[in-house]
Amino acid sequence: MATVSGQLPRPQMRQRRRWGHYVVVALLLGAMLFYLAPVYVMVMNGLKDKSYMTLADMWKLPRYLNGGGFPAAWQALSPNLGNSLRMAIPSTVLGCLFGAANGYLLSKWKFKGSDVLFTLMLFGMFIPYQAILVALISTLQWMGIYGTWYGLTLVHIIYGLPIATLIFRNYFVGVPSELVEAARIDGAGLIGIFFQIMLPLALPAFVVVGIFQFTNIWNDFLFGVTVVFDPSNQPITVALYNLSGTNSVDWTVVMAGAVLAALPTALVYILLGRFFIRGLLAGSLKG
Amino acid sequence: MATASSAAARDTAATAARSRRFSLERVLAPLLLAPSAIALGVFVYGFIAFTVWVSLSNWRTNRRDLSLSDPLLRTYGTLFNTTRFQIDLRNTLVFTVIFLLLSAGVGLALAVLLDRKIFASGFFRSVFLFPYALSFITTGVAWRWIFNPETGVNLLFEQLGINHLLAQFGMEPLKPGWITDPTVAWQLNGVLAAVYPPAADWSLKLGIPMAMIPVTIAAAWQLSGFAMAMFLAGLGTVPGEVREAAALDGASGWQLYRDVIVPLLKPITISVLVILGHVSLKIFDLIFAMSGKGPGFATDVPGIFVFDKMFGAQQYNLGAAASIVMLVLVSIVIVPYLARQLKDL
Amino acid sequence: MTLTTTFAMRANRRLLLKGGAALTLGGLTLGRLGDLAAAQDESKLEIFSWLTSPGEAPALQALFDAFNAKYPDVEVINAAVAGGGGGAAQAVLQTRLQGNNPPDSWQTHIGRELIDQYVVPGYCLPISDIYEQEGFLEVMPQGLVEQASWESEQYSVPIGVHRGNGLFYNKSVLQDAGIAPPEKLAIDDFFAAADALKAKGVTGLALGSKDAFVPAQTFENVLLGVVGPETYRKLFAGEQPWDDPGVREAGDVLAHMLDYVNPDHSALTWDEAFALVIEGKAGMNTMGDWAWGEVIAKKAEDAIGWLNFPGTDGSFVLVVDSFPLPKGAPHPENSANWLRVIGSKEAQEAFNLLKGSIPARTDTDKSIFGPYHQWSMESFAKDELVPSCAHGQASSPQFKQALYDAATSFLVDRDVDALVVALSDAAAIDAENAS
Repeated sequence: MATVSGQLPRPQMRQRRRWGHYVVVALLLGAMLFYLAPVYVMVMNGLKDKSYMTLADMWKLPRYLNGGGFPAAWQALSPNLGNSLRMAIPSTVLGCLFGAANGYLLSKWKFKGSDVLFTLMLFGMFIPYQAILVALISTLQWMGIYGTWYGLTLVHIIYGLPIATLIFRNYFVGVPSELVEAARIDGAGLIGIFFQIMLPLALPAFVVVGIFQFTNIWNDFLFGVTVVFDPSNQPITVALYNLSGTNSVDWTVVMAGAVLAALPTALVYILLGRFFIRGLLAGSLKG
Repeated sequence: MATASSAAARDTAATAARSRRFSLERVLAPLLLAPSAIALGVFVYGFIAFTVWVSLSNWRTNRRDLSLSDPLLRTYGTLFNTTRFQIDLRNTLVFTVIFLLLSAGVGLALAVLLDRKIFASGFFRSVFLFPYALSFITTGVAWRWIFNPETGVNLLFEQLGINHLLAQFGMEPLKPGWITDPTVAWQLNGVLAAVYPPAADWSLKLGIPMAMIPVTIAAAWQLSGFAMAMFLAGLGTVPGEVREAAALDGASGWQLYRDVIVPLLKPITISVLVILGHVSLKIFDLIFAMSGKGPGFATDVPGIFVFDKMFGAQQYNLGAAASIVMLVLVSIVIVPYLARQLKDL
Repeated sequence: MTLTTTFAMRANRRLLLKGGAALTLGGLTLGRLGDLAAAQDESKLEIFSWLTSPGEAPALQALFDAFNAKYPDVEVINAAVAGGGGGAAQAVLQTRLQGNNPPDSWQTHIGRELIDQYVVPGYCLPISDIYEQEGFLEVMPQGLVEQASWESEQYSVPIGVHRGNGLFYNKSVLQDAGIAPPEKLAIDDFFAAADALKAKGVTGLALGSKDAFVPAQTFENVLLGVVGPETYRKLFAGEQPWDDPGVREAGDVLAHMLDYVNPDHSALTWDEAFALVIEGKAGMNTMGDWAWGEVIAKKAEDAIGWLNFPGTDGSFVLVVDSFPLPKGAPHPENSANWLRVIGSKEAQEAFNLLKGSIPARTDTDKSIFGPYHQWSMESFAKDELVPSCAHGQASSPQFKQALYDAATSFLVDRDVDALVVALSDAAAIDAENAS
């Protein structure tokens, strides 16, 4: 183990690190070009006018700046924006909480058969949704919540459980069990430990699960279109999908719509992104 | 570890009080898990049971017919004799392997690059994660244009003068067929035929459908950012002391990651692989929009097959059978692996 | 946070009340009572369709306007989902019908799609009385009405007719290759023209096979051109085996045509392939006449000419949208009134002008349509009306899917034997299902 702490790095080392730093930035910039290329295609073609858009010019800038397909896309998507928010926020929050509790119990309070239970729960993520639509609709009808946004929310919470549980469990496995032991000796119970110790520690995992759930629910189309049939209650993806018709498609509007529909999710990423702070956990472990 | 030994010392003193509470909490844990377990029991296992029944039934038109077929496994026989489904199984395997390697590898690399104090790291993180925010239905269209041999990247090769340069050296211009390329590379039928002669006549070509490569690139583009986010979260559990200790032991940055940190990421790596694996087995929207079934089904996958057979042809039993086969394959491949890995955790 | 709380309260109450009660026997009764209450309500009309895009939605709105002009107090719910055959719309509609939750009417092609998917399984009610009261039989061609009928009862009201066997060409591209814009084109003439275009370095036939219906539609047009309407109809009706020499010849012709298509066809949708013709990068394209909508959108009316697909003169391949009367419709009275309204002359004129199809009624005002549609209306009134398989009218959905798969494979392997085997097998399964 270390004997001396707070030692300053030697000068050559600092020099080497600085070079390494430039290499890393160069790599990141290169990767950025690749990641943004399709986004560039989507934005540029979304800004074009249908009568001028051709595939041969897909890399070129639009000829005129008149908004292209964006106004039409906004008009079509905006009425459904609220529906998506109303459904995605509660199902993300509740999905995260359930996932965190499950993951905590399955990693720190193992009981006989808990590993089997976990594997069985995990298996749920491989179920092909197309194949179970008929059974799902019948079940929701029987429960009396078919066609409602809270019915859809429940479906999203349930099918999000396996992944949320998986991420939280495997995250909590990495948290030293000594912390739980110590807290228990200090008199905290199962529930107290969860709220006082595990939840604050699990911020990065919450970010990941939150991103995953929110994005999946936001971009879900299949459940949105089958569970809710009243167009005034359907999520934004249904409106996005409906931009491309059966016998005619205006690609400029579709591209613009995709960019618009992604903005709320992107905002979530930017807001949550800063919680990926390395050492957050490390710092709290030191005490 | 110091914390561990002191905890152990305090442990002995409080054993009695603990054990009383312990028995109650032993019941509490399963009890709190029950709602999730019951919900998944109905919405997953109940529905799987229904799907199994449908796959064994005579429901092959739009008229619901839940009587059992005779012979019972008749639909499965039809399914495995369908060339398109055989092709789909091959395609899923190829897609899954390449896609997992690409997106987990790139995701880990990006996480390691961002796991330091760096200029605009928040900006880079958002850029790499952004593709995940976009709806698959539309990114598929953008990628279809990009990997169209007449327009997309090939146009860039032309405009950037790469082909001009190649011509200077007397080389052929670079113009891959991308998603329109019907060839199946590295065919194994010949090799297999040496052991099992009928393999030479199979209409299924065992090999790598070239049109699938651009599709895996598009899928990895979309999901590697999420893999990066998971690895970043995992890096958060690596205690600062470990890094400091390794650094003081003289480990270089590369050695630190290779020998110390990456091995510590094992639990999160399993999560990443399972989640990416489930995406690849269920992938539908992206391929549907990007390459469709591809030239000669080169990019067709079971998800599209199930959809076509269930809602296009209304052969509900065939679609259900295909999805059950997928589930069985998953349980054969993934569950034993999961069980073994989880035991160590 | 308020959202979450509201959600939790409402969802929980609903769930606990409904779900909990449903566990007891009483819950089921409550559910049934709710259904009955909904059935007596005639304040709404829910119409399911796949007319969603900015080019299609206004046409549907015109029908709603026509309905509301007569029934101003009824609120029309527009439950439209994009993507017809094999798309999401099919999945949603089938799931709802399976779950006994039909809309008040839905869009469907006439012919086998209507009969096999909805009438035979018992999802529809006969509407012969509406046909009689409104005089539809006098104003719609018999060949059309027959395809909306089963066991001498009518089951749906056709609203608009598309023509599936069109060949569209770029006038100046053909002229540059020394081809005078033809009046009609035999199959041999087509290949002569394609050769001339190839010599000029232009794609002869633009193809967009990314859309699953395109290979099937191209095959059925070739088949009709080779074997003629009589044999064509018999083949799909199961009265003639698919190993007919005519089918093989059609396979050979299609294989030959593939020598003239754009190499990136599997990466293009039909409209992107059609754009190649408008942009002058390809000479010809075979498509249903919804392609004319693209011509109008790109302001290319003067540049594009049209013909019957080679060999199909005298035939009109029907792609007809219609609306049936569901059994157990939530608002049955409105549902019947909807069918009366959309069969009217005014509604059909308004709808088809916007949709780019022609009215199912032959007594509408032709002068309000452009030259392309006037030509199509003349052909509709006098030509042999044959159903399209690619669009679900000529065959069961099982056969249609088999044709899609076989034609998709054919574009790569050009294996006529495999094509014939696949279609024969599908026909055998059809015969078995029918028995």
